[in-house]
Amino acid sequence: MFKAKIRLQGRHQIEETSVDLQDSIVNIHDTKIQLQHLRCDPPVSGTIYGVLLNYKGALEALGDLVNEPPYNQPPVAPILYIKPVNTIIGHGSAIPLPAAIEKLEMGAALGIVIGKTATKVSIDEAIHYIAGYTVVNDVSVPHKSVFRPVVKHRSRDGFCPVGPWIIEKDDVKNPNDLTIRVFINGKLVQENNTSNLIRPVEELIRDVSEFMTLFPGDVLLVGVPEASPVVGNGDHVRIEIDGVGFLENTILPENDVYSGGFSG
Amino acid sequence: MKHARVSYAGAIHNAVWVNGSIQLNDNREVQEEDVIWLPPVEPRTVFALGLNYADHASELEFKAPAEPLVFLKGPNTFIGHRADTRRPADATYMHYECELGVVIGKTARNVKREDAYKYVAGYTVANDYAIRDYLENYYRPNLRVKNRDTCTPIGPWIVDQSDIADPMNLTLRTYVNGTLTQEGSTRDMIFDIPFLIEYLSEFMTLNQDDIILTGTPKGLSDVKAGDEIITEIEGIGSLLNTIVGDEVFQRS
Repeated sequence: MFKAKIRLQGRHQIEETSVDLQDSIVNIHDTKIQLQHLRCDPPVSGTIYGVLLNYKGALEALGDLVNEPPYNQPPVAPILYIKPVNTIIGHGSAIPLPAAIEKLEMGAALGIVIGKTATKVSIDEAIHYIAGYTVVNDVSVPHKSVFRPVVKHRSRDGFCPVGPWIIEKDDVKNPNDLTIRVFINGKLVQENNTSNLIRPVEELIRDVSEFMTLFPGDVLLVGVPEASPVVGNGDHVRIEIDGVGFLENTILPENDVYSGGFSG
Repeated sequence: MKHARVSYAGAIHNAVWVNGSIQLNDNREVQEEDVIWLPPVEPRTVFALGLNYADHASELEFKAPAEPLVFLKGPNTFIGHRADTRRPADATYMHYECELGVVIGKTARNVKREDAYKYVAGYTVANDYAIRDYLENYYRPNLRVKNRDTCTPIGPWIVDQSDIADPMNLTLRTYVNGTLTQEGSTRDMIFDIPFLIEYLSEFMTLNQDDIILTGTPKGLSDVKAGDEIITEIEGIGSLLNTIVGDEVFQRS
């Protein structure tokens, strides 16, 4: 059993629970409930920062392009972007597919949930600033150039499912060795491991907090592995991170989502 | 009306600026030197525009963009009027950017340009500093350039939308130690306020207190520790900021 914080739909407070990741059972105040019977709101409330090109394979996929215009050299410091509040949805909510768009990329990311205000934190201290970990789907409209992409590729409504819970830091032994799997309609389509990060978790916190403060409740994504799965209308997405959890959402047309849109 | 947030006597207050003094929300009238100015709203989603004035785009050797170059800023970067901004010791080119800030007043989705001003609560002044030494050519402008702690002074207050007859015809000026270094007009924006609200709300929901920083005209220059920078916009206000070195932040 892992200690987890979960925000149930319709309840303002966060519940302290334990979860059995093997059998998808959540133990809330000694009541055992299958996850499929729970509706979860996003367990986080702060700013969500994405990180670009932090998997070795993602950088390698750009190849020699990193030395050519417009990039001219490989990245030096972490390249961040913000997933604004309108993007955040919970486990089981539908990901809205905008009317004029046919395909979306699923960005399977480990989310580091910040536990206390972090400014200029060292590698050795970094672990003390982490509250826990969650699963994030950093959804984007497919785009090739990473030079100056338009903000709407990553910031549309519902483009950042998070959850179902936050696993407490102490229950994740090594965040830099977690297997991540993506299943589309039940079929395994992507597998990677956080051991392939260019900046492991502690180094990422050091290099980001050097120039910007992270606040309690903020989420720093470690990055998205190369070859993000592409999905379309009606597809069901499951992102699994060993020892952290599994986040499931279905792609539905934007207009259907506004009329309720729970999809499981 | 000019709406501010200030810290006074151990608490945070909403306040209005009336006849040269500050009226707290409990009606106490206090003097400016007795308060600490905070950003006039607690920012959530803050949009900033790159290259939204044709003269500035040419100054940076870019052709004017065909679609707004929007990036987002986090809450860490904002400070109020009369505060200090840190210039790191290794920076060689750090410049101010005087910008009109548009504060959203209510939830906005799929707003047409003719209705756009109905969704505006008011206007403020921002100084969107950039440290160009850290510019990288990935997801430009990268946050290490544009989202640093203390690098976005904003305020002193928000002026009600109804008090500004034409926000698209306001003079912006920046003074460094009293010398005018930047001057332009909001009428030279490539993408005007109604366009930006229509554009953004077409693909995402804007919420109350979101802010759109609408870009800066030409006239950028390097600023050093000790410099006093005033960014001001006609009819809105003057925002004072002081550049300080690493020693003030006890950084080495």
